[in-house]
Amino acid sequence: MTMRQTDTALGLGARNGPVAVLIKIVLYGAVVMVFAGPLLMLLVSAFRKVPNATRLSLIPSDLTLHNFAVAIDRDVLLYLMNSFIVVGGGLLLQVAVSVSAAYALARKQFPGLRLVLLLILSTMMLPEEILAVPLSLVLADVPVVHVNLIGSLAGMIIPVGAWGFSILVMTEFMKEIPVELEESARLDGAGDLRIFWSVVLPLCRPALGVIGIFGFTNIWDQYVLPLLVANNSSQFTLPLALRTLRSDENVGLGVLLAAALLALLPSIVAFIAMQRQFMNGLTSGAIKG
Amino acid sequence: MTSTTAPARVGTAAVSTRPVRAARRRFSAWTVRSWGVAWLFLAPALIIFAAFKFVPMVRAINMSFFEVRPYLGDRWVGWDNYHQVLTDPAFINAIQNTVVLAVLQTGGSVLLGLVLALLLEGGARHLWFVRTAAFLPVVTAIAVVAEVWRILYFPAADGTVNSILGWIGLGPSQFLSSEDSSMASVIAVGIWRQAPYDMMIILAGLAGVNRDLYEASAVDGAGTLRRLWHVTFPALRPVFAILFILAAIRSLRIFVEIYLLTNGGPNGSTDVMMTLIFRIGLERNELGIASAGTVVLLLATMTLTAAVILARRRRA
Repeated sequence: MTMRQTDTALGLGARNGPVAVLIKIVLYGAVVMVFAGPLLMLLVSAFRKVPNATRLSLIPSDLTLHNFAVAIDRDVLLYLMNSFIVVGGGLLLQVAVSVSAAYALARKQFPGLRLVLLLILSTMMLPEEILAVPLSLVLADVPVVHVNLIGSLAGMIIPVGAWGFSILVMTEFMKEIPVELEESARLDGAGDLRIFWSVVLPLCRPALGVIGIFGFTNIWDQYVLPLLVANNSSQFTLPLALRTLRSDENVGLGVLLAAALLALLPSIVAFIAMQRQFMNGLTSGAIKG
Repeated sequence: MTSTTAPARVGTAAVSTRPVRAARRRFSAWTVRSWGVAWLFLAPALIIFAAFKFVPMVRAINMSFFEVRPYLGDRWVGWDNYHQVLTDPAFINAIQNTVVLAVLQTGGSVLLGLVLALLLEGGARHLWFVRTAAFLPVVTAIAVVAEVWRILYFPAADGTVNSILGWIGLGPSQFLSSEDSSMASVIAVGIWRQAPYDMMIILAGLAGVNRDLYEASAVDGAGTLRRLWHVTFPALRPVFAILFILAAIRSLRIFVEIYLLTNGGPNGSTDVMMTLIFRIGLERNELGIASAGTVVLLLATMTLTAAVILARRRRA
């Protein structure tokens, strides 16, 4: 493949002399080491027999599963299970709520449509961090129904069920789907629910991938909500538990490293498996909004 | 909202038993039915947003004017809580730290993101690999990021980062444990996690730059630097505008990184608005003052968000 100097802003692809190639290898290597290096160190050190308390290493030696065994003794599997319940339930709810709302926003004309869009946009300015203090009161006594969600995984699942980003990405996508299919289904006597389920939803599969992978990484990354909801360690999600596993007199850092690795892997695996959808969502979310 | 949809739903049930074509002829009934369906499909999202976004927001605004006293009844204090937020030394320190952090972290990550994007632009397979590797911090849970960096920053001479600094004759630094270096250390972690995200957005912007302009500038004899300055950067200006404001909004609410890395210490040197509000509201239970801080932060976020919307309008 020949690259031209005008293919990219710097035209680096066209410089293939030995010095240029060497410089490029060094630079690319440095980028990989700086950004992926710390995570690789975590991967390697989690399997080392006695991870050095002061220094992580990239060199695999004295490999063992001992850290994971101790971590399991310290309930790490319970935390992992909690994390999966929260991410599974939260994502299912979030995707269902998003496609449902998007169908109304993309396909229906009704008074108040613009107001609803504005409200959904404004929720993006109201993250859990900023609302933490009043949110903790609401979680303890949900308005109207007066349910206390503190101490239950439902308190980490229900609030993430509606996410403005997912709804807006889905709405934009549904607007692009030609409306003719639905009209012919409607003439055949299909109702809204039927059209939504068997005509619109199957056509939305690419966008479902986008909101699925974004929802997954977002819910997996949740910290504030579990922090507000959990009132003892049996409800901890894995990220929340890391802080309490920081040091252990028997194995030093081993437990923390093993648990941190388990908290790292699902999001990395999901990202690599669905990279194309992730990048599509990234650019549409940030540039188009 | 739910109360207004209820009658529409009752009407819907009656209309929907008729044949669809009859309903279409009776335009108004069909329209009302369609509105009802729309609200029905929107209801789950709106109910969740109402309960967990708008009610907390309204409660924060309300509580910010009271001294909240459980069981004793709240006492109206007017603007006193706001006065305290804007004059108390701890809050002023936190506001200053938040601004410093927002400015340096935003500037640093956009700058590093730009360098990375220029370096890693192109369709070659090995570039795709390097970009993917560099992007991993963005999808790593923030709690993991914080724990890994706590270890990397181990403040002894043989700590991981200190060892690397030692190779080039620097350090050792105390990093998170010293007032002098804690803020810089926290900012560095923020940049490490944010820069690859900015890189991807800038790369998307670079892909949209008209290649004919590159050709034309080459024909005119402009070198790479001149081309960068006169063609690439102007084309990227709207991307920068949005990245800056989005990153600034994110920096204002920064909480988890700091909570886990330093929890505001040592000696308040990394205390930001959110760590202080969290401590006052949820640990000391002074809900009124914490709410006033929340409202101040909300207003700052809204102002910046309005700027995003304006920036996008101008571009469209």
